[in-house]
Amino acid sequence: MEVSYFPGCSLHGMAAEYDESLQAVCETLDITLRELADWNCCGASSAHFLDDELAVRLSARNLTIADREGRELLIPCAACFQRLKHADKELRKDAARWVGQPYRGKTAIYHVNEFFDRPEHLDAIRRKVVRPLRGLAGVAYYGCLSQRPAKVTDSQAPENPTSMDRLMRAVGMEVRPWSYKTDCCGASLPLTRPDVVRRLSGKLFEAAEEAGAECLVTDCPMCQSNLDTQQADIKAEQGKQYNLPVFYITELMALAFGHGRVDRWWKRHFVSPTALLQSKGLWGNDHA
Amino acid sequence: MPDESTISEKAPISPEATFLAEVQQRSGETVSRCYQCRKCTNGCPLVFAMDVMPNQVMRMIQMGMRDELLRSTTIWLCASCQTCTARCPNDIDIAHVMDALRQMSREAGVAAEQKIVRFHEAVLDSIRRYGRMFELGMVGHYKLATLDLFGGAKIGIEMVKKGKLKFLPGGIRAKREVREMFERDQGE
Repeated sequence: MEVSYFPGCSLHGMAAEYDESLQAVCETLDITLRELADWNCCGASSAHFLDDELAVRLSARNLTIADREGRELLIPCAACFQRLKHADKELRKDAARWVGQPYRGKTAIYHVNEFFDRPEHLDAIRRKVVRPLRGLAGVAYYGCLSQRPAKVTDSQAPENPTSMDRLMRAVGMEVRPWSYKTDCCGASLPLTRPDVVRRLSGKLFEAAEEAGAECLVTDCPMCQSNLDTQQADIKAEQGKQYNLPVFYITELMALAFGHGRVDRWWKRHFVSPTALLQSKGLWGNDHA
Repeated sequence: MPDESTISEKAPISPEATFLAEVQQRSGETVSRCYQCRKCTNGCPLVFAMDVMPNQVMRMIQMGMRDELLRSTTIWLCASCQTCTARCPNDIDIAHVMDALRQMSREAGVAAEQKIVRFHEAVLDSIRRYGRMFELGMVGHYKLATLDLFGGAKIGIEMVKKGKLKFLPGGIRAKREVREMFERDQGE
């Protein structure tokens, strides 16, 4: 199948391993990603913080391109997903105001977890697993923007999403229950108020360890970056040493599919996952 | 009966009659519906850093306390996680009300968290130039604007080493189209 693809700025920059692992997973599942032609930044948090109208216009341009292409639209970044979903609702109400042209509004918009959780994909994922991630215990961390608010995201269970839990089980992981699936990590504050990000992400690490998790799994590039980069500074500030790798769900899917070049993604992580994977027999000389 | 001397010592509240209408018009949200159930504050993960609680923000809008609110740190520390919006029983999009307050605060030149304002300005500047966010350029712009040259430097250097920050902006072809969105906005 062919799907329109909106990578967003993060996946072309800081979260390149998310982009590459998603491409690898889609290749295995016979899904062709067609990058949206000449897409622009959705404005992320910054546009709606400073200028509501600009926020809608920036996202709306991308939606009109997707509308012309007429395929389903996959948006792996939770922030982009939420901004485009928001603009989609606005365009459906009044397309003339925003883009001065008709908007069919037939494009179904998905973020990664909900997309792969569809029954047909979930079946295919189970069939493609050649190296089940047995014994690897993790928590599913969804963050905020793929879920909230439900009137924008159309999330079916915004307080307790389960789509990524199912994906983790499908690749053989042990999913630990916890109550922090959708608690905020500090979002766009790491440069301006890193103290706030450390406090919020520190709470998540504490809860993840209490749940018996050895790693966190997410499908949001902002969450991954906040959680992965702050663990050393949390030690300096709070005296607590965490060593919890933070995976993109697609990295783990690719690993379970036997993808050969996953190590180039591990090298980009601040908290290296290789020791953990080696201890579980999921990574070693034969994979290098 | 309260002691009169205590009352007179407290800062007087001088409500501004038009503030509620202005915030409602600007945000499109009916803030007057808030009946102080405090679900927003109970669920807010940022309250530990805020000077005014989210439920108090709603009340202060109703009371017309413009100056106190536009100068608060709360409106800038709100991370827009949408928990309050998702849980409000009166269907007030509280996070969107925060957007309106932030914009009014910036326009009035009284924003308490200048670094947060500069950060978002740097992001928008990058989008205006290239049509996409150029992370390294954005961080450089932000650092110069705030003169916070060394904060987070260790993480920044590590990111460069890991190849997480691109050195060149990957712009789009339709830059003019994006620039026009910014200009149209200023014209209005």
